[in-house]
Amino acid sequence: MSLLEIRNLVVEFATAHGVFRAVDGVNLELAKGDIVAVVGESGSGKSVAMLALMGLLPWTANISADVMRFDGQDMLAMSNAQRRQIIGKDISMIFQEPMTSLNPCFTVGYQITEVLRQHLGGRRRSHQARAIELLQQVGIPAPESRLRAYPHQLSGGMCQRVMIAMMIACQPKLLIADEPTTALDVTIQAQILDLLVDLQRQHGMALVLITHDMAVVAETADKVLVQYAGQQVEQKPVAELFSQPGHPYTHALLNALPERSSSRLLEAIPGVVPGQLDRPTGCLFNPRCQSAQALCRTAEPPRQDGVLCHFPRVGDDTASTQAVIEEGASV
Amino acid sequence: MLRFLLQRLLVMIPVFFGVTLVAFGFIRALPGDPVEVLAGERGVSPERHAELTAQLGFDKPLWQQYLSYVGDVLQGDLGVSLVTNRPVLEEFMELFPATAELALCAIIFAIIVGLPIGLIAAIRRGSLLDQGMMSLSLVGYSMPIFWWGLLLIILFSNTLNLTPVSGRMSFLFEVEPVTGFMLIDSLLSDEEGAFASAVHHLVLPAVVLGTIPLAVIARQTRSAMLEVLGEDYVRTARAKGLSPWRIVAIHALRNAMITVVTVIGLQVAVLLAGAILTETIFGWPGIGKWIIFSVFSRDYFAVQGGLLLIALCVMTVNLVVDLLYGLINPRILHQRS
Repeated sequence: MSLLEIRNLVVEFATAHGVFRAVDGVNLELAKGDIVAVVGESGSGKSVAMLALMGLLPWTANISADVMRFDGQDMLAMSNAQRRQIIGKDISMIFQEPMTSLNPCFTVGYQITEVLRQHLGGRRRSHQARAIELLQQVGIPAPESRLRAYPHQLSGGMCQRVMIAMMIACQPKLLIADEPTTALDVTIQAQILDLLVDLQRQHGMALVLITHDMAVVAETADKVLVQYAGQQVEQKPVAELFSQPGHPYTHALLNALPERSSSRLLEAIPGVVPGQLDRPTGCLFNPRCQSAQALCRTAEPPRQDGVLCHFPRVGDDTASTQAVIEEGASV
Repeated sequence: MLRFLLQRLLVMIPVFFGVTLVAFGFIRALPGDPVEVLAGERGVSPERHAELTAQLGFDKPLWQQYLSYVGDVLQGDLGVSLVTNRPVLEEFMELFPATAELALCAIIFAIIVGLPIGLIAAIRRGSLLDQGMMSLSLVGYSMPIFWWGLLLIILFSNTLNLTPVSGRMSFLFEVEPVTGFMLIDSLLSDEEGAFASAVHHLVLPAVVLGTIPLAVIARQTRSAMLEVLGEDYVRTARAKGLSPWRIVAIHALRNAMITVVTVIGLQVAVLLAGAILTETIFGWPGIGKWIIFSVFSRDYFAVQGGLLLIALCVMTVNLVVDLLYGLINPRILHQRS
């Protein structure tokens, strides 16, 4: 049985200009210990989809799905109180901005033990010891003294390590990492990713990695989910995605990688992700798609073989995939 | 921390001189002659007038008067009241507890009511409850104190006969002044019913004086909370599976308190200013009423001394507020050291 099953997730926001569909038909199936990467430009609804699962969206969000099951429990039907028993414990999430994601008014120790107190109850003394152990696990030197530190006394990388310690405190079955390295130095990025993958292996937890970084995807993920303007345009095992991108958007994303650039200029995808008020008709990607045809501008594309496109690509890009994977491994 | 305290005390020195200058200049800028006011309706002969003026030092040039005033103040001498012939400091200290009691009760009332209103409004943002409470607080903020006080007197004292119209204590009781705080003194005395009487007298003025601070605290708490509730660390707290109560009361409120404490600190100045009107309306024997009386009788020394002491109170409260910041948000404490 799969650990997480999401089918046809739709998230809509009621705004002054009508209803805005931020997530439109996302499917995700995860087994225990899987690593899935969710990629796509900013504004593709990657974070929103995961926040919907966590129940962290504001009340203006309207969430619906055909299926949203985690570990045998229906996440849609449960009350907020029931969901609070699960999030932070069995599903937890780390965020993009480590410096602002920790509360400036409380010590690191307080913020970590708070999670333990909330979900496990029990004695304060043992929580303290567990917090030290967690800080050790995430590679923070002198953990005993760090417990008394406030977030502003730590660097961004250290804060992210604390966040990770806090979120793996109850040994979650699923960890969602929402661009965990975007706000960090390049040298620290690799360390944090290595840490996440190590922890994932040690604890056998599933990992959802939201990222912009294709090199990261190539290096860590088993499966990739490509999102565009809230729609899931493609979902494939990582090697297949790199060698045979089916959706023109995936293809364009891969082409934008410096490693794949054949000329002196880096390739880019012209234009931006459509917002609420500039949605095209037909395929949402058609204004930016190089292979768009008349049909793409009028009719919504069907899902063919997991690819949301009228004319999915066929063919192989194996040579350049190898370059990306090697590049990723060396980062 | 000690260095910060010293820094703040150093900053208070120019403020102190500024206040002496304003207090000194302000009362002299008003038309009227203290000697003539002293003499009353019967008037005074020109010779006697000149003699008295010279005796009080009002014949000297202004800068000389100011220097001798500041010199006296630095030695702890605020002068002697022209009207009562008693040291200004002594008069002030005698009346100050009444004002302090009133102001303290007013601010406690404002916090106890205003803070939860702001919290609830922020949590229920945009709801009818939020809109209703914020409109009411705008009304409270805009209400002139004297008008509001009179309305309440008409309703509660005249029509409903629930509270006395003026004073601190019923004449039936004789309460020994120990602390100067009637609530405490009446408890210390053996007089039965004195405490209840003190509470009765205090309720209405405290509510009137606390109304504007209440409105300000409610509105500022709301906006501070709204800001904090949108912060990343609040999302983190929710991702930890904490209860909404814990998220608001522990994670968000602690961060919003910086703003709220600042506002409360600033309201102390508003309270002391408001006390002047409130005490006049309710016949409350405090420094507000005393200052008004001193201004009317052109009691130069009392007004100068009173304003200076009030300013000192406000400065002290602001200093305490600054020190509190460090306790609320450790980041500020670390930046200082």
